[in-house]
Amino acid sequence: MRTEARVLLSLGVFFAIMDAVYWIWSKEDAGGVMIIAGTLLCFLPGLYYFWWSRRMRPRPEDDPHAEPAQGAGVVGTFPGTSIWPFTLGMASFVMVLALVFGVWLLVPGLGLTFWAVVGATGESRRGGQH
Amino acid sequence: MTDVLERPAHAEGHGHEEHGPTGILKWLTTTDHKVIGLSYTVTAVVMMVIGGAFAEIIRAQLSSPNGTLVSLAQYNELFTMHGSVMIYLFAGPFAFGALANIIVPIQIGAPDMAFPRLNALSYWLYLTGSITMLSGFFVAGGAANFGWVAYVPLSSSVATPGSGADLWIGGLLLTGFSAIFTGVNLCATIFYLRAPGMTMFRMPIFTWNLLVTAILILLAFPVLTAGLIMLYADRHFGTHIFSVAGGGVPVLWQNIFWFWGHPEVYILALPFFGMVTEIIAVFSKKPVFGYKGMIFATLTIGALSLGVWAHHMFTTGTVLLPFFSIMSLLIAVPTGIKMFNWVGTMWRGQIWFSTAMLMAIGFLVTFLVGGLTGIYLASPPLDFFTHDTYFVVAHFHSVVMALVLGAMGGLYYWGPKITGYMLNERIGKAQFWFLFVGTQVFTLPMYLLGLRGMPRRMAVYPKHPSWQYLNDWATVGAVLIGISTILFVVNVVYSWKRYPAGDNPWDGHTLEWFTTSPPPHHNFYRLPPIRSERPTWDYNHPEHKALEHGHREPAAEGSAK
Amino acid sequence: MEPSALSPQGGPERPRRRGRLRTLLVLPLAALALAGCTVPRFGASPGATTSSKSVFHLWQGFSIGAVVIGTLVVVLIVWSVIFHRRRSGAIPRQTQYHIPLELTYTIIPILIVLGLFAATMVVENKEVANPKTSVVIDVNAFQWGWKFTYPGHGVVVVGQTTQDPTMVMPVDENVRINLTSSDVVHGFYVHAFNFSRYALPGVLNQFTLRATSTGLFNGQCTQLCGLYHSLMFFRVRVVTAGQYQSWLTSQANAAAAQAAQSATSQQISSIVPTKPTKG
Repeated sequence: MRTEARVLLSLGVFFAIMDAVYWIWSKEDAGGVMIIAGTLLCFLPGLYYFWWSRRMRPRPEDDPHAEPAQGAGVVGTFPGTSIWPFTLGMASFVMVLALVFGVWLLVPGLGLTFWAVVGATGESRRGGQH
Repeated sequence: MTDVLERPAHAEGHGHEEHGPTGILKWLTTTDHKVIGLSYTVTAVVMMVIGGAFAEIIRAQLSSPNGTLVSLAQYNELFTMHGSVMIYLFAGPFAFGALANIIVPIQIGAPDMAFPRLNALSYWLYLTGSITMLSGFFVAGGAANFGWVAYVPLSSSVATPGSGADLWIGGLLLTGFSAIFTGVNLCATIFYLRAPGMTMFRMPIFTWNLLVTAILILLAFPVLTAGLIMLYADRHFGTHIFSVAGGGVPVLWQNIFWFWGHPEVYILALPFFGMVTEIIAVFSKKPVFGYKGMIFATLTIGALSLGVWAHHMFTTGTVLLPFFSIMSLLIAVPTGIKMFNWVGTMWRGQIWFSTAMLMAIGFLVTFLVGGLTGIYLASPPLDFFTHDTYFVVAHFHSVVMALVLGAMGGLYYWGPKITGYMLNERIGKAQFWFLFVGTQVFTLPMYLLGLRGMPRRMAVYPKHPSWQYLNDWATVGAVLIGISTILFVVNVVYSWKRYPAGDNPWDGHTLEWFTTSPPPHHNFYRLPPIRSERPTWDYNHPEHKALEHGHREPAAEGSAK
Repeated sequence: MEPSALSPQGGPERPRRRGRLRTLLVLPLAALALAGCTVPRFGASPGATTSSKSVFHLWQGFSIGAVVIGTLVVVLIVWSVIFHRRRSGAIPRQTQYHIPLELTYTIIPILIVLGLFAATMVVENKEVANPKTSVVIDVNAFQWGWKFTYPGHGVVVVGQTTQDPTMVMPVDENVRINLTSSDVVHGFYVHAFNFSRYALPGVLNQFTLRATSTGLFNGQCTQLCGLYHSLMFFRVRVVTAGQYQSWLTSQANAAAAQAAQSATSQQISSIVPTKPTKG
């Protein structure tokens, strides 16, 4: 966990320094804002990982001497197959086509999206059981 | 129908047998990263063939000064869609959607991606996005025709009113979200699903490069998506973000586009760097030379890539030249480190010239040319000289053709792992020679064309003897590359289930070569102890550990570091 | 960086290597100083303005560096391809780190890059400087042609797609170009000047050209600007100061005569002979 945090935080610090130099030197706002956004995007998960890395025991994947058996067991529970990603993909497709062929396509698009979101959430709550 | 993602113990574990729907329903409902990755691979290769066909038409048109194969309008559509298909629909998705999807979880000993359903959604968005963008050819007014960079105001509703442009924007929105979801998925997988003992500094270079790629995706793609929404709003909702008439700033589009566009170059390149690193190390029978230096070089490229976008805009006269010049020049340093590390990996190895290794060496040479000419373009005066001429076209085609060589290397290297069957090596080597020679014959004349003043994106050009002569050579190169693509398809068909691969045909280093070919559902029946970034090698050759220079072999003098 | 560098006995050879590497670093810079006479052109040409010549020399400097480094890497690749082929099933030494070597090929590229940057800055500062001058030409790009206006002289030259306009400018004099665009992004590019600049809507781009020889040069739009992008040419005619003055006078007279004529005949006055219709 510590290395992950370090990678993200050092990227964030580098972007912050770079942005300070750039913004003060160029006085161009678009780039300055975009690099700030990048900086924050590195700090957000970086600080989260850093915070956790100080409060948790090293995981087996952070331990250079871990044995394979230490990681055995359940990692997570997911539906083995699911139709909802496909449904949601088609819903997004229809909604994007609404940008081109007319607003009326938003009606089936939003309907499909709603259906897919409800379906996928339900699937998760049942632990993947249909 | 529930799958419990489970990691086996060291002892013989129980792999999950796949169950559930079959046939087309299985393809529609799968959440297995290997099946999704395979769908990505097939779709991306189809896109490569489509984009390549556009390129062949473009080169045929340019083989004579007043080509009449296509009209001026059709030519603009063709090169726009060639660039768009190759960048947005082939290179990117192939890099982080196809092979990464299949290989990264296996390389770190994970049972699947962290968010399997999100992964499936990524693929569906990519597929529908591709269809959306390409369907521009079938609407009135034709496909998008403002170049793959869509500079405002040419892409405004005044200059380009057709719905092909809107389909282009829509397709990019879908593939953009697809990329963002894949980026999230890769980060979460690499951070949370590594096998015990697989510390960050034991991850294979390919996985490391994909991690940096994923971070760059998360930094860059939202900017593009935001920009596209602004562009669409300008076109249809009457906003004036980019229009001078309403007090907007057209150059803002270029800033936004390239703020995504240059990290995108590394998003495309880093995965292929990773593939080539793995291939060179395995076929030289040596560890990656300067493994940690390689990682820091990748991180440095990632860090610098956010501060170089405006080297595409030197000639706008609106950017801070020295800042972008030095940042862009500095990127040459980590890239050079990588180049020397690749050579160092081959040095004193036992190089096995399989097709994959040939492709990797072809990558090194081609990328060297593309990289060195890139250094010129980081210097504003030289960029003023060559900007928007064929010199730039040649530069980035050297780079992307190197990536294509890397991609082919990756397919020959990991194909047996994914499918369980080898590709034919003789056809593969023929393919390599056509691709490698074709690439050089294609790109090198274009450098000279640019230096002799031929601008890019010209459908017809003045009768200038040296221009035509060089264009003809470039067309010959394009034909050779086309033949190599045909050979690849022939090879896939010919080798279909012909040569069973075995689990570890190349004496591989990393975890994917420890499991079966193809890997079982959830990837592993058992895992070896992970003590370096080469667990499979350590397991198979316990006496040949990686050494620091000057240290003796452990057999001669105790244990080495 | 050389063949024996990876061998365990690398120590004693270090001085020789360092010397060679210093040559490698100094070579491009030295060549930059000498550039012009004996150095190859690497595909470029010195061009016809003062800055095109310094750009050309910078080009030569970069090229020498690129050729030296490129050759070095290609030789290393070819060497290992030839001499480190698989000969037996034996497993080679598993060398993974060589810190001094890795540091070498980190530090030397940094130095090279800083050198290239310094050379770039010297040329760039000269090229983007805008010294005071009396000769000013307003260049306006539009779909798909060019309009050259000589402010204070009442002279306008316009041409599009089928007939290419000619920009006339004096030799050995600083000429300020005010570049604008009336619709989309265009690129003002004169190959013989080794120079290009975008014409952006809403932005005034200023730069200075100082031609060193007379002649007729081809110019072209380099940035995709729509349907007839491939046909958007212009010419630059560099003439002596005297010729320039007489050309200005004759153009101004002709324009005035035409204006008078069209004012009487049609009530529509235009000093532009062929007013472009925007497509």
